[in-house]
Amino acid sequence: MERPLTQHISHETTPLNLKDYQKVGGYAGTRKVLKEMTPMEVTNLVKTSNLLGRGGAGFPTGVKWSLVSMDTEKSYPKYLVCNADEMEPGTFKDRYLLEGNPHQLIEGMIIAAYAIQAQTAYIFLRWAYKKAETELRKAITEAYDAGLLGKNILGTGYNLELKVHSSAGRYICGEETALLNSLEGKRAIPRTKPPFPAISGLFGKPTVVNNVETLAWLSHIVMNGSDWFKGLSLTATGGTKLYGVSGKVKNPGLWELPLGTTFRELIEDHAGGMLDGYGFRGLLPGGASTDFLIEEHLDIQMDFSTVAAAGSRMGTGTLIILDDKTCPVAFLHNIERFFALESCGFCTPCREGLPWVEKVLATIESGNGRMEHLDILKFQTRYLAPGNTFCAHAPGAAEPLQSGLKYFYDDFVSHINLKRCPWKS
Amino acid sequence: MSLEIMIKIKIDGTYYEVEPNKNLLDTCLTLGLDIPHFCFHAALGSVGACRLCAVKKFKDETDKKGRIVMSCMEPVVDNLIISIDDIDAKAFRAAVIEGLMTNHPHDCPVCDEGGECHLQDMTVMTGHNYRRFDFKKRTYQNQNLGPFIQHEMNRCIQCYRCVRFYRDYAGGKDLNAFASRNNIYFGRVEDGTLENEFSGNLVEVCPTGVFTDKTLMKHYTRKWDLSNAPSVCVHCSVGCNTIASERYDSLRRIMSRYNGEVNGYFLCDRGRFGYEFVNDEKRIREPQIRSNKNEKKENVDDEHLFSVLSNSFSTNRKVIGIGSPRASLESNYALQVLVGKDNFNKGISTKEQQLTNTILEFLKQSGIKTPSLKQIEKADAILILGEDLVNTAPMMALAVREATRNLGKEMAEKRGIPSWNADPVIKITQDSKSPVFIATPFKDSLDELAKDTFRSSFTNIAELGFAVASVLDSEAPSVKLKNIEHQALAEKIASTLRKAKNPLIISGVHSGDENVIKAACNIATALKSIENKGLLSIVLPECNSMGLAFLPGNPLDILFGGKDKIDTLVILENDLFRRASEESILQLFDRCDQIIVLDQLPNKTTLRADIVIPAATFAESEGTLVNNEGRAQRYYKTIVNKDQVKESWRWLTEFILIKKGTQTVQWKKFDDIVNSLLVDFPDLEALKNYFSDADFRMVNEKIPRQPIRYSGRTSINAKNAVSEIGIEPDIDSPLAFTMEGSKENAPASLVPFYWSPGWNSVQAVNKYLDEPNGKMKGGDSGIRLIEPKENTPVTYFQKNNQSKELQPGEWLIVPVYQIFGSDELSSSASTLAQRIPAPFVYLNLKDAIDLKVNNTDQIQLEIANTKLELVVIIENSIGQGMAGVSVNLPGMLYLDLPGTGKFHK
Repeated sequence: MERPLTQHISHETTPLNLKDYQKVGGYAGTRKVLKEMTPMEVTNLVKTSNLLGRGGAGFPTGVKWSLVSMDTEKSYPKYLVCNADEMEPGTFKDRYLLEGNPHQLIEGMIIAAYAIQAQTAYIFLRWAYKKAETELRKAITEAYDAGLLGKNILGTGYNLELKVHSSAGRYICGEETALLNSLEGKRAIPRTKPPFPAISGLFGKPTVVNNVETLAWLSHIVMNGSDWFKGLSLTATGGTKLYGVSGKVKNPGLWELPLGTTFRELIEDHAGGMLDGYGFRGLLPGGASTDFLIEEHLDIQMDFSTVAAAGSRMGTGTLIILDDKTCPVAFLHNIERFFALESCGFCTPCREGLPWVEKVLATIESGNGRMEHLDILKFQTRYLAPGNTFCAHAPGAAEPLQSGLKYFYDDFVSHINLKRCPWKS
Repeated sequence: MSLEIMIKIKIDGTYYEVEPNKNLLDTCLTLGLDIPHFCFHAALGSVGACRLCAVKKFKDETDKKGRIVMSCMEPVVDNLIISIDDIDAKAFRAAVIEGLMTNHPHDCPVCDEGGECHLQDMTVMTGHNYRRFDFKKRTYQNQNLGPFIQHEMNRCIQCYRCVRFYRDYAGGKDLNAFASRNNIYFGRVEDGTLENEFSGNLVEVCPTGVFTDKTLMKHYTRKWDLSNAPSVCVHCSVGCNTIASERYDSLRRIMSRYNGEVNGYFLCDRGRFGYEFVNDEKRIREPQIRSNKNEKKENVDDEHLFSVLSNSFSTNRKVIGIGSPRASLESNYALQVLVGKDNFNKGISTKEQQLTNTILEFLKQSGIKTPSLKQIEKADAILILGEDLVNTAPMMALAVREATRNLGKEMAEKRGIPSWNADPVIKITQDSKSPVFIATPFKDSLDELAKDTFRSSFTNIAELGFAVASVLDSEAPSVKLKNIEHQALAEKIASTLRKAKNPLIISGVHSGDENVIKAACNIATALKSIENKGLLSIVLPECNSMGLAFLPGNPLDILFGGKDKIDTLVILENDLFRRASEESILQLFDRCDQIIVLDQLPNKTTLRADIVIPAATFAESEGTLVNNEGRAQRYYKTIVNKDQVKESWRWLTEFILIKKGTQTVQWKKFDDIVNSLLVDFPDLEALKNYFSDADFRMVNEKIPRQPIRYSGRTSINAKNAVSEIGIEPDIDSPLAFTMEGSKENAPASLVPFYWSPGWNSVQAVNKYLDEPNGKMKGGDSGIRLIEPKENTPVTYFQKNNQSKELQPGEWLIVPVYQIFGSDELSSSASTLAQRIPAPFVYLNLKDAIDLKVNNTDQIQLEIANTKLELVVIIENSIGQGMAGVSVNLPGMLYLDLPGTGKFHK
């Protein structure tokens, strides 16, 4: 089984330096692209490969690029931004790639920047990823020294400056337009869309924002072709995916598996199944902002469309497992407290609605809940629906709540009836 | 409506023909439909923050489900189908209010916004009424934001309008949004006075009671208890429209009165907070007379007054009348009739008169148009020559700010983003601005907008202007600057103006330098001659400087130095000590047998008068003012005159009637004077189109000054009678001192307040407009008296070479005007007075070192036999050898500037 993204990463060793990375074929993709391909050919290759964005939304990467005007005269300057602000609860896949193989990301960024003819690129990095920052800066210095970044890369006349921006640390910066505001030094609130960043992004110029895992694919697709990429997955969407599992399982962790691996295989074969004495109650498939799935969904293949069909989202593909020894109300309260704290405060439903949800959940968990509180929670899940709010933050927060109410309704009711949390003695 | 092709949209089953390129909320408000909203403001555009304006949008006729969209963010396209009444949309809007109410205090009874609160209106409109949130409310610490604005953050609903107005629109720096989530804070980094000159607009922009008028708080009155009149600001030459509001004979506040051509929705802080002089306890309320020059004046009644005056104006006496640029056209005219044309003096210096006349003649003859503020906002390249707009015409500075955003709007439109979509426009614009060039002696807050600034003396600024004209048109007086960089700048300015679609030259008389004005006129002439485009706007000193220019008369200086006696000197609302040296005025006064002064507040002139007549302020009278654009606008009485206070024109009419030997006029009321004025001055003929007639009626009724809920009026006397009793008659205007009368929309110039069912806040103004940010229904108020002539010959001004060599030890002194302090009447407003600096001088650091002075040190300036103490302010933008001296601040003597002076430590 091929593991292109993680093949050179291991816990025991430090990441490959430039020399070793080149020994295993690194920057061959960069050479090929800069010397042999036109930007349009690169974009078309990525389009044909059907690489879907790995940040969570699954938008076709090639299509995103093709929205950028290639009329250099009019659109200059242009920017490429790598979204490395990984703050989704339960998610640590980008960190693995950043710390484990920084050159793979840099190479991907050179290819993407070349495809849209950007001359400046930024890595917007989560503030807490200190090790990743050290490794990235080291690798970037190596790349500059080797003429792989900067002016006239590899003598091709193509210029690219790459900078790391370590963020101040807000969840909303993962939203690509809030990220751009933050990068410009403005308040981290999402922007009005349209226009999308491809039309008006960083500093009002055409910009592409791609996730770390997405960019990491590019050198491999360039070297091996789109058919190879498509062949890696078990479903129509190409490639492998970094899947993770956290919670009360025997072997929590992260694995690169073919896209379309089932939940059951991931949990039972790779994560080793539930810890002894713990039963499975449900899971959040792609971070805290996705709907719960339960036992009946375990045989679903993990792909963007299939998970959506089950009523959730694949998101980041890193599972959080809810076990039967954990109170679902307390679990949800923890999640909603996070979302209420991380609201940017720009639009009313999110700013005022999420703290209300959080307070109601705390009240129910503390044994002071009333049945009317459940009506308020149900009402909030409708009120916080997509389109009602300015961005996807509150609708994301509403997803675990509305599915939690659906699947664990009896648990809520028993809190109210018993006037205490049944999991607490 | 514009010439654009109209499109058809369907709202709740009804088809409407509407303009494209607008957002849906704006369109619905234009149609008169009610959609609740907070964050949208027509002058600020849409951002989609509050989510209150939700409506249901349907894909097509078969779509029954639809989806909720925010109407402020929805472009209007052909065949759009929406529903405002949709049950989901309604429930969602109520839910937005419910969310906001989770933290909003229920303190309406003690909140200054209560009764005119947009949040109250929207809460009622959405139908939210039952509280389900059973947790604690969030609370904040408030800040002391200075003397004008009260801060009460607990009431905040986070609509972001305040920062969008203050920062994005008005260019303020010291108010911001802090923190995040449900803990957002709108305020300053620390307590302190809001620095921006337009901070008072926060009172109207804020939809609830976070920012309220601190001056109103001192004598607080609910909106429904205020009696109002349409008024015009008297504190600069721009003539912003205001609503003046009264209760119990005192003026309670000034709010913006919408005029699409002039001030739009906004006012500057001088205009809003300068009103308190009306209520000043020092006001002259009774006639005062002294029997000889050594006695103290005593209050007298009318009978006594008229017995004393019975001889004053008789034809065998030499009677001189001095008018005023801060008095109405009618008062000046009545004075002129009293004393005769030959004896009418305008009460302004020769220099000011020459400058003003030059401008008026130029605008009448040159064929060049002088723009309204609205037209200034549309300019795409601006040259400001020698005028510190922020301090001399603040609202024009705000219009220039708006104009600089035109480039960004154009850039956005090229990428398919309509200009109402505020956030993307700002992001696309970044730092791009329509070009503005500023040539002034020292920095001002508009500098940050400037493509280039030119810092020098007014002589050199005029030179630059002449050079620009010379580059544009070889027929213009040939001027080439010796300094290569300066010549390059002149060429850059010329080519920028030439390339622009809508170039604008702004100058003003505050420089006191005729060459600056002439240079500005020449540039406008050159642009017109070569490119057939270009506008010219000239800032004048006072609220009726332009009106006074229409009346013939002598300048003040002509009275100085003479020997012959003057029997009676009548001075109309004019403190002469602000306009000439003490020496020359005292000399003049010595020649007068009897000095009669009509004024509102005591000053040096009233102090030396033999007879002081209590004149009404703008709030207690009708009158016409002509602004710098040549727009005649009328203000109406809001306070019924008490004691012996009367309109100056009414006093003067009474004086005419007692003038022995003649019986020239039959004036009974205001309209009679206006009609007589129009006969005498055909230039003002256009004024007769004003809806001024006291006989004008809306459906047979007068227009009420009071809102329908005006309380107390009937209840005070309810034990005797429930009907209104004792309504003060008003023979001078079509307005009535009552709450009863026509509820129809009155003509714009006669709208005393904004109210519409369900809209108690200032947002009701949209019901009076043809479209948000558009025109008042039936047209904006004011009559333009000067329109450009066609086919005018091209004539250029020659430069007047009057430059004087500086002697060793001499400094070139240039005037520094202050928004707070340089205007006479507003300086007597007790709150605004707290913002007035001590008399100061700007010095370059190097010069300060030479003079051995530091910041805040005192220094003495000797200028034209006058010595004054000034506080040093180091200001490096002012050139070496030059000093900027504050003008007309309280306590300062008159200075003829620019001039030369010497400093003594």
